[in-house]
Amino acid sequence: MSEAAVMDAETRIVKDATCTFCGCVCDDMELTVVGKRITKAKNACVLGKAWFLNHHIEEHAVATIEGKPATLEEGVERAAQILANARYPIVYGLSDTTCEAQRVAVSIADRVGACVDTTTSVCHGPSGMAFQGVGEVTCTLGEVKNRADLVIFWGGNPAESHPRHWTRYSLMPKGLFVPNGRKGRTAVLVDVRKSKSAAAADIFWQIKPRKDFEVLWALRALVKGVEIDPAIEQETGISLAQMQDLVQRMKSCKFGIIFFGMGLSMTRGKHMNVEAALSLARDLNDYTRFYAKPVRGHGNVTGADNVVAWQTGYPFGVSLGRGYPRFNPGEFTTSDTLARGEADAGLIIASDPAGNFSQPAREHLKKIPYIALDPHESETTRGATVHFCTATYGINTPGTVYRMDDVPIPLRPAFDSPFPSDETVLRAIEKRVRELLRERLTN
Amino acid sequence: MDDIFILIPGRTSRQGTTLNEGKLKADFIEETQTLFMCPDDMTRRGVVDGERVRIRSEFGQVELTCKAAKTGELPPGLLFLPYGDPSSRLMGGETHCTGMPDSKGMDVQLEKLL
Repeated sequence: MSEAAVMDAETRIVKDATCTFCGCVCDDMELTVVGKRITKAKNACVLGKAWFLNHHIEEHAVATIEGKPATLEEGVERAAQILANARYPIVYGLSDTTCEAQRVAVSIADRVGACVDTTTSVCHGPSGMAFQGVGEVTCTLGEVKNRADLVIFWGGNPAESHPRHWTRYSLMPKGLFVPNGRKGRTAVLVDVRKSKSAAAADIFWQIKPRKDFEVLWALRALVKGVEIDPAIEQETGISLAQMQDLVQRMKSCKFGIIFFGMGLSMTRGKHMNVEAALSLARDLNDYTRFYAKPVRGHGNVTGADNVVAWQTGYPFGVSLGRGYPRFNPGEFTTSDTLARGEADAGLIIASDPAGNFSQPAREHLKKIPYIALDPHESETTRGATVHFCTATYGINTPGTVYRMDDVPIPLRPAFDSPFPSDETVLRAIEKRVRELLRERLTN
Repeated sequence: MDDIFILIPGRTSRQGTTLNEGKLKADFIEETQTLFMCPDDMTRRGVVDGERVRIRSEFGQVELTCKAAKTGELPPGLLFLPYGDPSSRLMGGETHCTGMPDSKGMDVQLEKLL
């Protein structure tokens, strides 16, 4: 058989595949797969193309123990021993794996009395706290596409972080009640930096750093008819006239939404900044339909919130150490349990705290035994006592993920991997942990 | 030397694409070690495009390559650094009961490396 014929026989088209690189979770990908490589990703944005086209099966042992190749069974045994013998274990990560794997991870945390936490806590965790504080007036991206005529992005740069958010959901598409698409919508961007997103906005506010709360609270006051001192411009960089103009637009639109990014949740004030945005949206419902949604980063970070909430009642930062769930950000969140030197073992799934956390948290992680599940090498996998090289979700494994608006989306994998899925590895660890705990009870 | 700048780490297109090539690969490391600065601040501090600078926060320090931001992108006093290992090394462990360290809007000092 000629080489060309072999290539043809190996080439497949996978339609309606899902990109899990970011929280947009676009499910209209058309992938061209040649053997075990994706050569084209039609409909993908620049980030999605990089996600699919850079994916290849790496030469790696399925498991390593202290850096040395091991079998899957040996890795599972060591992992289960670490977790079963820990006094204050943590289960962390979870935002880049399927809901099916996430639920097994929570089950392991429950059995060993761990703190279970996701990358939400260092992303929109403060937003989760704000939801509990003031509520969330919520909607789906489908409703935004079909109805929104005023779209405000606050503290984010969607042009670079979520390129298809605009084109697929929020700005460009023609919707049922927005038949002219972009021409029928007013786009506003509020940020401290004039990022690449600014060029696409009708109105751009470059506010002073760390003044989001003040601007949002002033807008709330204006919505309620409270007078504001014009000197607010010196404080925030935004004039009273600009604020009055936006308030008028917000009150008179048919369907408005604030998409807020980590410019609110990561900056000093954190959950208070988000509470201000959520409260503003809530207040505006006295006049029109108005919503506020976080723009989520990782492909299934929203699923992690959902799964942990189904199983424990809380979305992140949950301690199961007393046999029942307790929620306390700042106490049970991983950044804190590591930085304070409390955790004595870890199970880290699809994330890189050794490369992303604060210095004190990283230093403590180096001192404790931990297990890492990740398809790729990172600072975290390099330091892991046990590393499982797993298949990539969405590309190699099926399952369910949640889009940033809490809509579940099924995955359609492109090709098989020689490596097991996160779910498979976690189920094996859970089974062995259960056996070890049972043995301890009977002895 | 003693000026306080405000540092905003964030995502860029290149940070996202090179992340998919690998966090330990040269392109991602280069992108996340490139600091963007207001051109007026660079002139004032005598920093030329491509020169190395040291950024110091209360909690850590990193050495970065400095580049001029586009005109109007950053106001004087504001620095931008693509998310990655160096930006995280400037964070403290305190989360103020949220689980989230102050990750944006950090006070930093900048020093030109000779």
